[in-house]
Amino acid sequence: MKILVVDDEPDVQALFEQRFRKEIRNGEFQFSFAFSGEEAIGYLESHASEVVMILSDINMPGMSGIELLKSIRKDHPMAPPIIMMITAYGDTDNYDQAMKFGADDFLTKPVNFTELKQKLQERYEG
Amino acid sequence: MEFFLLSFFLIQFIRKRLETAVKSPDLDKMLVFARYFSIGLTAAYYIFNQSTFIHWLWYPFLGGIFWLLYNHEEYKQIRSLVQSAIPFIVVSFIGDFADLILPKKIFNQYDNYIETAKVFAGLWLIAFWYNSQKQQKTLEREREEQRKKDEVNEAKKDALEYLVNERTIELTRQKEELQKTLDELTATQNQLIQSEKMASLGELTAGIAHEIQNPLNFVNNFSEVSVELCQELEEEISKTAIADADKEYINGIISDLSQNQQKITHHGKRADSIVKGMLQHSRASSGMKEPTDVNALADEYMRLAYHGLRAKDKEFNATLVTDFDPTMGKVDVMPQDLGRVFLNLFTNAFYAVAEKKKLNKDNPAFASYKPEVKIITKLFGGKLYIRVSDNGTGMPESVISKIFQPFFTTKPTGQGTGLGLSMSYDIITKSHEGRLDVTSVAGEGTEFKITLPV
Repeated sequence: MKILVVDDEPDVQALFEQRFRKEIRNGEFQFSFAFSGEEAIGYLESHASEVVMILSDINMPGMSGIELLKSIRKDHPMAPPIIMMITAYGDTDNYDQAMKFGADDFLTKPVNFTELKQKLQERYEG
Repeated sequence: MEFFLLSFFLIQFIRKRLETAVKSPDLDKMLVFARYFSIGLTAAYYIFNQSTFIHWLWYPFLGGIFWLLYNHEEYKQIRSLVQSAIPFIVVSFIGDFADLILPKKIFNQYDNYIETAKVFAGLWLIAFWYNSQKQQKTLEREREEQRKKDEVNEAKKDALEYLVNERTIELTRQKEELQKTLDELTATQNQLIQSEKMASLGELTAGIAHEIQNPLNFVNNFSEVSVELCQELEEEISKTAIADADKEYINGIISDLSQNQQKITHHGKRADSIVKGMLQHSRASSGMKEPTDVNALADEYMRLAYHGLRAKDKEFNATLVTDFDPTMGKVDVMPQDLGRVFLNLFTNAFYAVAEKKKLNKDNPAFASYKPEVKIITKLFGGKLYIRVSDNGTGMPESVISKIFQPFFTTKPTGQGTGLGLSMSYDIITKSHEGRLDVTSVAGEGTEFKITLPV
C-alpha cells in the first residue's frame, strides 16, 4: 500500500520511516513524501494509480491541506485515494471543513502513532 | 429755684437720653435719688427762709453730678450737651461769690450785670438744648430711615443667602455625582485595561503554544521512536557473535540511551501538558451553552478536587461546606468550561488550606485550625452568584494583582502551570460575559466571586 505523506516539515519523513521501520521492511507500507501541497499534486500526476492513501497536514505555507483535498476530489474523481487530514489539537473549524470537502478521516497533532498504525492496518487489510 | 429747674431737667434729660431705667437700673436709682435730693434741697431752701447756706449746697451737689458725668464713660455721648449748663452755673457762682465777699454797696452796683449774664447764660443754655433736641430728632429720624433701609437690606441679604445656599447645595450634589461617575469610569477603565491585558496575554499564550507544539511533537515522537530503536538494537546485538563482555558493555550504553530517551519523553510530555493548558485559552469560547444544574456541577468538581488532593496527601482533611440555592433549577452555561473553572478554584482552595495546615504544623496557636472550603450559589435578579471561599493561607496584595496572568503561580516548580486562574478568568469574562472577582486576606483566607448573567 503506497502512502503519500504531505507535510511542510522535512523531519516528518525521518519520523515516519523510523516509526514504520518494520512495516516498510516487510513491505506492508510504502511511503512517499511531499513537502507542500503543490509538490503533492505534481507527485499524484505522475503516480496517479499508485497512491492508495494520502496523509496531509492542513496548515502549510502555499497550498493548504484543505485546498489540496479540494483539488484532488475535483481533478481526480475517478480513483479517489483515502485521504486523512492531520491538524493541530482542537481545531474544530478545520475538522468541519475537511469533512465537508470529502476527507475520510481526521487526526490531531501530536499524532498518536499507535492509533495511526492501527488505522492504516485496517485500511490495508480491508 | 433756677438750680432746681436746672438739675431737675438735667436729670430728666440724662435718664431719657440714656434710657437708664432700662439699660442701667443702678444708675437710674442714683439719678432718681438725685432728683429727690434736689426737690428736698429746694424745699429746705424755702423752709429755712431762703437760707444762703442751703443755697450754697447746690454747688457741691451740681459739682458732684458733673464729676460723675466726667468720670464715667457711659455719659460720653451727652457730655457736650451737659457742658452747655456750665456757663450758667459759673455765672451764678461768681454772682453768689461776689455777693458773699463784696460789701453790699459795691455788689449792688454789679448785680445787674450778673443778672443779665445769668439770663444770657440761661438763654444760651435753653437755645443749646432746643437745638440739640432738634438735632436729636433729625438724627433719630435718620436712624429710623437707616433702620428701615437696613431691614430691607437684611431681607435682601437673607434672600441672597438662601439662593447662595441653594446653589451651593446643588453644586455640591453635582460635584458628588460627577465624582461618583468619575470613580465609576476609572474603575471601568481599570477593568477594561485589565481585561484587555488578559485578552492579549491569552492570545499571546495561545499563539506561543501553537508555535511550540510542532517542535515539541517532534521531540516527543523522535524520543519515543528512539526508545523503540534501542530495544530493536538490543535484540539485534543479542543475535551477533560479539564477546559477552562487549555485549554487556554495549547493552549498558543502550540502556543509558534508552533511559535518556525516556527522560526526554517524560519531560516532553510535561511540556506538552503545559502547551495543552495554554491552548485551552483559545478553545475557551468554543463550547455551547446548555441548561445545566450548576449546583450538581459545583458539587461534583468540589469532590473531584478534594479527592484529587487526598490521593496525593493522605493526611489531608477539610470540611466541605455547601450552601446551594435550591430554587435555582437549570441555568444556561457551558458546563465543561464552568467545570474547569470550578476544578481550578477548588483545587486552589484545597491547596491553600492544606498549605496553611502544613505551615503551622508546629504552631500551638493553630492546633485547633479546621480547614474549610465553602461554596455558595444564589440566583438573584437575573444573575447567578457563585462564591468559593476558603480559610487557607490567603494572598498579599502583590499576589492578588497577578493571579489572573498566565503562567503566574506561587506553587513550587512542576506543581502548577499558572494557567488555571488565567483560563478561568477567560471562561468567566469572555465565554460567559460575567465577572470573576477575588478578595483575600493574607493568612486568613480567600474568596472568589463569580457573577454570571443568565
